[in-house]
Formats: sequence, structure tokens, C-alpha cells
Amino acid sequence: MTDTMSPFAGGIVGTPRLRKEDPPLLTGESKFIDDLQLPGALWISLVRSPHAHARIDAIDASAALAVDGVVAVYTGADLEGDWAGPLPCAWPVTDDMKNPAHLPLAVGKANFAGDAVAVVVATSRYAAADGVEGVVVDYEPLEAVVDVRDAASDRLVIHEDCGTNVAYDWELTPDPDGVAAAFQDAVHHVTETYVHQRLIPAPMETRGVAVVPAPHNGDMTLYSSTQIPHVLKVMASLTLGVPEQKLRVVAPSVGGGFGCKLNVYAEELVCMTLANRHGVPVRWTETRTEASTATIQGRAQRQTIELAADADGKLTGVRATLLADMGAYLQLVGPGVPLLGAFLYHGLYDVPVYSFTCRSVFTNLTPTDAYRGAGRPEATYAIERAMDSLAVAVGVGQDEIRSRNFIPTEKFPYDSPAGLIFDSGNYQPTLDRAKELVDWDGRRAEQAERRATGSTMHLGLGISSYVEMCGLAPSRTLAALNYGAGGWESATVRILPTCKVQVVTGATPHGQGHETSWSMIVADRLGVDPDDVEVLHSDTAISPLGMDTYGSRSLSVGGTALWMATDKVVEKARAIAAHMLEASAEDLEFAGGTFTVKGSPDKEVPLAGVAFGAFTAHDLPDGMEPNLEAQVTWDPGNFVFPFGTHIAVVEVDEETGAVELVDYAAVDDCGNQINPMIVEGQLHGGIVQGVAQALWEEAIYDADGQLRSANLADYLVPSAAECIDMKLDHTVTPSPTNPMGVKGIGEAGTIASTPAVMNAVVDALRPMGITDVRMPASPMTVRRAIEAAGGAS
Amino acid sequence: MIPAAVDYVRADSVEAAIAALVEHGDEAKLLAGGQSLLPLMRLRLATPTVLVDVGRATDLAGISVEGDTVSIGALTTHSTLEHSAELAVACPLLAHVASVVGDPAVRHRGTLGGSVAHADPASDLPAAVLALGGTLVVAGPGGTREVAATDFFTGFLESVLGVDEVLTEVRVPVSTGGWSYQKFNRRAQDWAIVGVVVAEGGAGVSLVNMASTPMRATAVEAAVAGGASATDAAAGAADGTEPPTDNQADGAYREHLARVLTARALTAAGR
Ligand SMILES: Cc1cc2nc3c(=O)[nH]c(=O)nc-3n(C[C@H](O)[C@H](O)[C@H](O)COP(=O)(O)OP(=O)(O)OC[C@H]3O[C@@H](n4cnc5c(N)ncnc54)[C@H](O)[C@@H]3O)c2cc1C
Repeated sequence: MTDTMSPFAGGIVGTPRLRKEDPPLLTGESKFIDDLQLPGALWISLVRSPHAHARIDAIDASAALAVDGVVAVYTGADLEGDWAGPLPCAWPVTDDMKNPAHLPLAVGKANFAGDAVAVVVATSRYAAADGVEGVVVDYEPLEAVVDVRDAASDRLVIHEDCGTNVAYDWELTPDPDGVAAAFQDAVHHVTETYVHQRLIPAPMETRGVAVVPAPHNGDMTLYSSTQIPHVLKVMASLTLGVPEQKLRVVAPSVGGGFGCKLNVYAEELVCMTLANRHGVPVRWTETRTEASTATIQGRAQRQTIELAADADGKLTGVRATLLADMGAYLQLVGPGVPLLGAFLYHGLYDVPVYSFTCRSVFTNLTPTDAYRGAGRPEATYAIERAMDSLAVAVGVGQDEIRSRNFIPTEKFPYDSPAGLIFDSGNYQPTLDRAKELVDWDGRRAEQAERRATGSTMHLGLGISSYVEMCGLAPSRTLAALNYGAGGWESATVRILPTCKVQVVTGATPHGQGHETSWSMIVADRLGVDPDDVEVLHSDTAISPLGMDTYGSRSLSVGGTALWMATDKVVEKARAIAAHMLEASAEDLEFAGGTFTVKGSPDKEVPLAGVAFGAFTAHDLPDGMEPNLEAQVTWDPGNFVFPFGTHIAVVEVDEETGAVELVDYAAVDDCGNQINPMIVEGQLHGGIVQGVAQALWEEAIYDADGQLRSANLADYLVPSAAECIDMKLDHTVTPSPTNPMGVKGIGEAGTIASTPAVMNAVVDALRPMGITDVRMPASPMTVRRAIEAAGGAS
Repeated sequence: MIPAAVDYVRADSVEAAIAALVEHGDEAKLLAGGQSLLPLMRLRLATPTVLVDVGRATDLAGISVEGDTVSIGALTTHSTLEHSAELAVACPLLAHVASVVGDPAVRHRGTLGGSVAHADPASDLPAAVLALGGTLVVAGPGGTREVAATDFFTGFLESVLGVDEVLTEVRVPVSTGGWSYQKFNRRAQDWAIVGVVVAEGGAGVSLVNMASTPMRATAVEAAVAGGASATDAAAGAADGTEPPTDNQADGAYREHLARVLTARALTAAGR
């Protein structure tokens, strides 16, 4: 669908453009942490608890110290005095939240399998690994708590000093009486319980850290494969007591994060303190096993959702209750993840009253935290699955139940029952278009035909309409949610003397293509070639101000700062041009990279002339500073609210239980698109990641808290071979929250796709009496559901 | 993911490989494509102290068809099998099975000899050799012997190969009768949760991942020989199996899959 509302006129924004990041990535020129050459660096390897819960009685490192190349071994107790504070949790969602001490190296007790208890320092990675084999830890294994309900019962309290496994209870019920009345008067009352399995983020590049100290002037550079160099700088200096002005944090090329690199990790602090102690660079590269056990995991929630509706299936109330698994400790923003979904359990439906409660508990499993979508996939899953149940209860189609309940377009900006203001929306066209793309009626007929002929290959159709809140976030809103930082973003535009452009952004790309998109925005507006715009980022010495990349915030927040900095630099250039043309600034037009005097088209000066004039400063207006540079920090006034409809068509093999995705349509609305090719790429990856939760991925733990899927043979990340051609289309409803009219698209695919697939699986099996299948819908799980329902043998 | 220290010896002929194995005894391991051995070493589940690399032993490569027999050098990669024009004619089943092993990278390094010698009940090619009634040629310090595939596999990752022996060749009969390989897995690159190989219209039927070794489904073969329909013959597919339980499947589900897949394989093979 065409877009007539774009504020861009330069002909660059809105057209597909290959990513400038890709040639160095594809040729191996890009440097990741493990590629850094650091002469004289020491390597560390962590000794990790094999037990999910165990007292650490004694640690004998003598055999390790005898290994060739091993320089030192430190236990948790040895380093305890190095920490000015525990590993940070920046989101104490309630004032009385329980936050057990979480030291980079555990002291006294290990609380999950993978918890680091000692570190070996050696002259090579291999020697460090050999050293780990030589460290003998005397553990006293304790019973592990692995289930959230068991944890909530406090039958066995993990952190004795907390006195309970409950980290916090959090509630959002603006109108309790209204909710009670809605459920009392409901004609239809749907109650469903869903479980979100634990997921392992599994970026292609595992984490890695390298710390380079300068012992004599006290500087320290922390290289980390992180999404958050800026936040990390603040947190690391607080945790270690390193003076912040002496610390530089650099994220080199980062091979994906999906939220798992939005954290402050033990290894970063251990490398820093050991670099201090040894006075030489200290480095670490994570193994895939460690990436599975010692890096945060995602989801891990048990949800109950209730819908109240009238006889027509019009929603009158929504009530959601969560039990969320924090794992063994609270990580950087882990406690806040349920809150990021808390406002969206009514989805994109017009509901008068709303209630959300969450209890978060500790278990003896790997800590959880933000994973692509963080809270919104869970919320979308609950409402979209439950809407299908409501459709069945009311006796209408899954499409019809949604149409009846969509927030009407005329209600925007919409005051949501949870207290948000949805800035814009127009939902029905995305459903209509998605149905068209999968030939909804044709597929329904085919489904009926197969059922009538007794086929054992069942078709299922699943819809997921979604809205999400992203573009984190207005700082005041974050304050109201007890988050420990702001949500602004910064950008600098610097036009160099030769009219090439440097952009400095506080956003920190790790695969998203910011360099391409940012240069397109600037090029479109300044009338320069996108290849003449260099985007600098992810190094706190170059980009000192930033809040980093997560929560689909980079474009709507950081891009807006960039838009504004571009405005600001153009205004300065305009003043200089006016001076050069002996005209008044108001009379100048700027288009295609040239300032022209309105009405006198022959009086003009190109931006290049202004840039050089600003550099020589030979003839600037009185009082004007030389050079063309502007910096803006922007704090958004609201979230942005992308939306859309995805439809999955699956085929379920009744005999084996195998589910195959046979068609997929996604119609998304992220407002104005900067680079449609990047939008598509984000959707492709996001959709597959969400389908993966439905069909393949699960961190499988046994009753002792041992991870049984700690490598990529057992943890089923899908490959290209499992993907199908997706049918993508979009509508354009510009966001009024920012001048570019943009909304995030980094997480939308993941948010929308999981329930579309699971609704399709259940749709295929519903005639057998099946109303739910737990995720992932593995062949055995599906087959067991069919057998339990008395399906054919 | 970091292997323990290991010495490396290159053996460019079968003779040199045997000599190296004799010298180093059970400290040593042959290295062919490394696609099974190296992952185990990286997880420190295998810690040989000497690797004897036969990767350049040219006398171990090549496919030849003579009369009724296809002879394949142990070092022949899965990819070579997959794309061999000769094999496509003489034994299309084996070429097809090779084409569904792992992913392209694995198929370009992994070898038929390595796959058979590794004796993983979850692997595809050993079961194919079994269903085809193949023979394995083994060379050791005392000379060469031939072992029927049915006698080769003795336990989980165990075979009759001695520590100083090299599997030099895999021989299978020319086989152009109806065949099928039903590999059931969740991702293209994965090992089979269960696999069923049918050769010669059901005269040879073998099972992947249904016991501690690849095994022949003798009850199915007997039923086929007795004239049973595909469905009836498949009913006995799980007889005598001892399927493992893992993340993907428990024993009962594997038994069910074995029956379903056997019926499909027999049907596809023209039964
Ligand atoms: C990601 C991945 C996916 C895979 N998927 C599958 C799959 O779907 N199906 C499947 O069947 N396999 C799969 N494999 C395994 C693959 O097929 C291996 O190639 C094969 O099992 C071993 O062959 P190799 O040449 O790599 O042997 P190596 O790893 O070099 O050796 C394996 C073992 O055999 C011994 N050995 C090797 N050659 C000889 C010889 N000539 N004589 C005596 N002993 C010898 C070695 O000492 C070692 O013990 C996969 C592997 C990977 C890494």
C-alpha cells in the first residue's frame, strides 16, 4: 500500500537499499571480540557449578596451578572484596522487591548450574580450560527448585536471607469494582492457562569480553559483545568503583543479541578486576555451552487469562495473572520484563476494564531477562490464544471475533484500560489483507474437504492480530515504573569541511542495520549521498551519550534525535548561507543540498560551500561559532504502537504428530518505513524466532535443574531449511509521537508469530476436542495430545 | 568446547595408519572427516592423546562398480556419494541416504567409513549399509578381513573394529529394486528421531535410533517375504527394539513412529 504521509522528500528514504554493513560482515573484515589482537593478554575460564543448588565447602586449586600456562586461580571469596556492589538490577519494580546478593563469583552457595564459583587465569584459552579441569570444588548438593509453582509455595527457600522465593507481587487494576462486575455479568467467560517455556536467545556470536588496562594513567577500556556499552559503563563503574571518566566501553561488531546482551554480566566485571590486579589485558570468549547456561534466558512464564464478553462476543473485561520465573537471581532488567507486557493483555481490543497481576519467583535455574519482545510476546500470546477460545464459545469465526473487538479507528488516540495512550491505529485492514494473502476462504474450504474425506493430514489456520508498545521510553513513564534509568537518546550530526557527514548515535546496532538507515535519513534530508554519511556508534569515547539499543527503540527514539540534530545543523547552515547570499534566513529554501533565495533561483549556495565556509570561518555572521555540528538528546513523549495481523497455515500429520508450516502472511504497520528492505529483514528474522518458540525451541531442564539442551544439536534453533517464503505486506499509519511518523519493527515479528502458529495447530486439531497444545508443539507432544483425545492410531 | 591437548600424526596410506595405530595403541584415534570425533573432543567426551589423520590417504577413496558389487572407499564423503552418477544408477538408495545426512558442510567433510566406524545407532548410513546387506573390509596389522554388516555393530558406538584396525572399504550389492528412506526429524540438519530404510522392495529393512545399534527389522522382512501388505508388515516394526528416551522422544513414541514410518517406507518402495 502506498504511503502519502512521509515527511521525507529526498527520494532516498522509503526505497529499498542494500545494507552498507554487509560487505565487511560477509567478507570477515568486521572485527568481533574474539578477533581482537591483544598482545600479552591473559585468558580466563570460569569454574561453574555443575549443580543447580549446592553449598560450596572448599575449593582446591593446586592441580590447576600446576597446569602449564595457568597464572592464577581466584575463588569467589578471593575476589569478594573487589566488588563495590553486587551485579546490578536496575529495575526494582516494587519498593519491597527481594533482590538476593548476586556476586560475579558465587560465595558460599551456587544457585544454578552454570553459576561461576572460581576463575582460572592463564596465558592461553586452552591453558585456562585445562586449568578449570584441575580445580576441585567440594560441593554439598542441595535440592533444587525448578518449577514456578513449587517455588511460589516456599516449600524450599533458595535465598535464606530473603525468607521467601517470591521476588515481588505487582498489580495493575485501575478499576477493581468494574472488573468484578464485568465478570459477574459476562455471558461468555473464557479462562485459559498457558505456559511459556524457557528460551535460549542463542545469538550467532556468543558473548565475549576483553579488558585493556593502562595501569599508569588509570584508564581502562572494556570491550564487550554487548548491546549496552553506555549503560554498562555506568553500571560497571558503580559495581567496581572504577571512576567513570577513566572507563571507556566499546562494543565492536556484535553478532546478535536478542536481549541477552542487554545486561551486566559477571565475566565483564571479573575481567575488569583481573586486568586491574594483573596490569595486563584480560579476555574471555564464551563457549556455546556457557551461552546456554550462563547467559540469560527468556520467557519462562505461566499465565492465566480470563475474558468476559457479552452475547455477541464483545469483550467487557480482561483479567490476567502471571507467575514469572526470574531464575536464580535478578538480572539487569529481569523483574521489569513482565511489566513490559502488563499493559497489553487486552491486545488491540477495545475493553472497558482490565486487571493484571504478576508474582515473580526465584528458581534454581539460569536467570531470565529481556528476550526479543520481552513481555509483549507473552501478553500477545495470551490474548490471541484466548480470543480463539472466545470465538468458539460465541460460535463465530476467528476473524469475526477480532473484527468485533478491534479498537475502532475513530477512537485514536485511545485511552487504554491499562492507562496507556495508543497513539494511532487502524487494525481491520491488516486482517483483511492477511486473509487475502493466504486465501483464507480457499484454505477453509480445503480444511473442510480434508476433514470430510478422512485425511490424516489436517490443515489449521491461525490468526494473530497484535499491537505492541515500543520505542522505550518516556523517562517519566519509566520513573513511574521504578526503572532505574531514562529512555532518551542522543544524536550528533557533523558536516565535515568537504561536505561529508559524520553521525554519532547513542543507539548501538548489533545486526539491525542502523548505519544504513541513519545514513539514509541524513542523506535524504541534506541532499548528500548516503555513502558520504558515516555513522559512528558503540564506543563511549566517540559517542559518550546514549541509552543503547533494545525494545525496538533505536529508530523512533534515536532516529528522532537524529532528525532533530539534522534540523538543527540545517538551521545553522541556513544562517551562514543567508549571510553568504546577503539574504535573510527566512527567505531561503533548502532542497537537494542547495540553499536558494525564494523568488531568485539564481541566488544559491550549495551545502558544500556552506560547509567549507563554516570550516574556514573567514566570513561567518557575527558571533557565530565555526563548523557545522549539532547534537540533540530527545526524550519521547509516548511509546509508539506498531500493529498488524499475521496468519499461519499449518499441516498436522495425525500419525506422527509432525507440524509443518505451509503458508504464512504478515501485514504489519510500523508507520513510515526508512528502508523497506530492513523492515522485511527484521520481520523475516523476527517471525522465524517466534515460530521457533511455537514449534522448536525449549530450554529443557530435568528435575535436578540440569539443562538438557545446552548445545545447538539439542536446542532446536531453526535454520533456513525450516523456513518458508513468507508473504509480507504492510499498511502505513504514521505515528504522531515523532516527526518521522515511525514505529519500531525489531520485535513485532516475534511478538505476532508465536500465537498465529499455535492457533493454527489447535485449529487443525479442534475437531478432535483438543483446545490447547503446550509449546513447543513437538511431534511427540502433538501426537500425545491426539492420543489423549482419542484420535486415530 | 575447548579440547584437551592432543598430538597429531598424518598417515597418507592405510599401511601408515595401521603402523601409527599399532605404535600408539588405544591412546590413538583415527581422524577422517572429524564430524563426529571433533565435537566429542571439544566437549571433552573423547580425549585421545594422538590423532592419526587419514584425510589424505588416497588409497581409501573412490567408488567403483564391478559386477554385482559397489565398492566404496572409506574416505568417500557423504557429498561424493550424494552426487555420484555411478551410485545414482547402481545404488540410488545409498546416494539418497547420504544426501539427508546433516547439512552441506557436514556432508562435505564427513565420510562413509567414519560414519560406519563410529557406529552411532542414530546415524543414517550405517542403517542403509545394513539394509543393503553390505560388507565391510577391515585392515589390520595381520592383514585384511571382511565382516558382514549384520555382524559389525556390537553396541552403542561400538563395533568389531580393533584399536589397530582401519575400515578401508564398504561394499554393497548393486541395488535397484524399490527403496525408501523415511527419516523423521525436526530440522533438516538433525539426526533421525527414528529412521526406516527399505531396500529391494522390503527384502532389507533397517531401523535408525531404535536400539543401541543400527538394526534390521527382521520381523518386517519376514512378513514381507511371507507376502504381507505394507501395513501388516509394518505392525512388527518395533519387535525386538530397545528404543532410547531423549529430549525428542520416549520409547513408546519411537515404537509408534517405527511402525508408521515402516508402513510409509514399504509403500514408497512399491510394496
Ligand atoms: C552438525 C552435524 C550434523 C550431523 N548430522 C548427521 C545426520 O543427520 N546423520 C548422520 O548419520 N550423521 C550426522 N552427522 C555425523 C556425520 O555423518 C559424520 O560425518 C560421521 O558420523 C563420521 O564421519 P567422519 O568422517 O566425520 O568421522 P570422524 O569424526 O573423523 O571419526 C568418527 C569415528 O570413526 C573413526 N574412524 C573414522 N574413519 C575410520 C576408518 N576408516 N576406520 C576406522 N575408524 C574410523 C574415528 O576414529 C572416530 O572414532 C552429523 C555431524 C554434525 C557435525
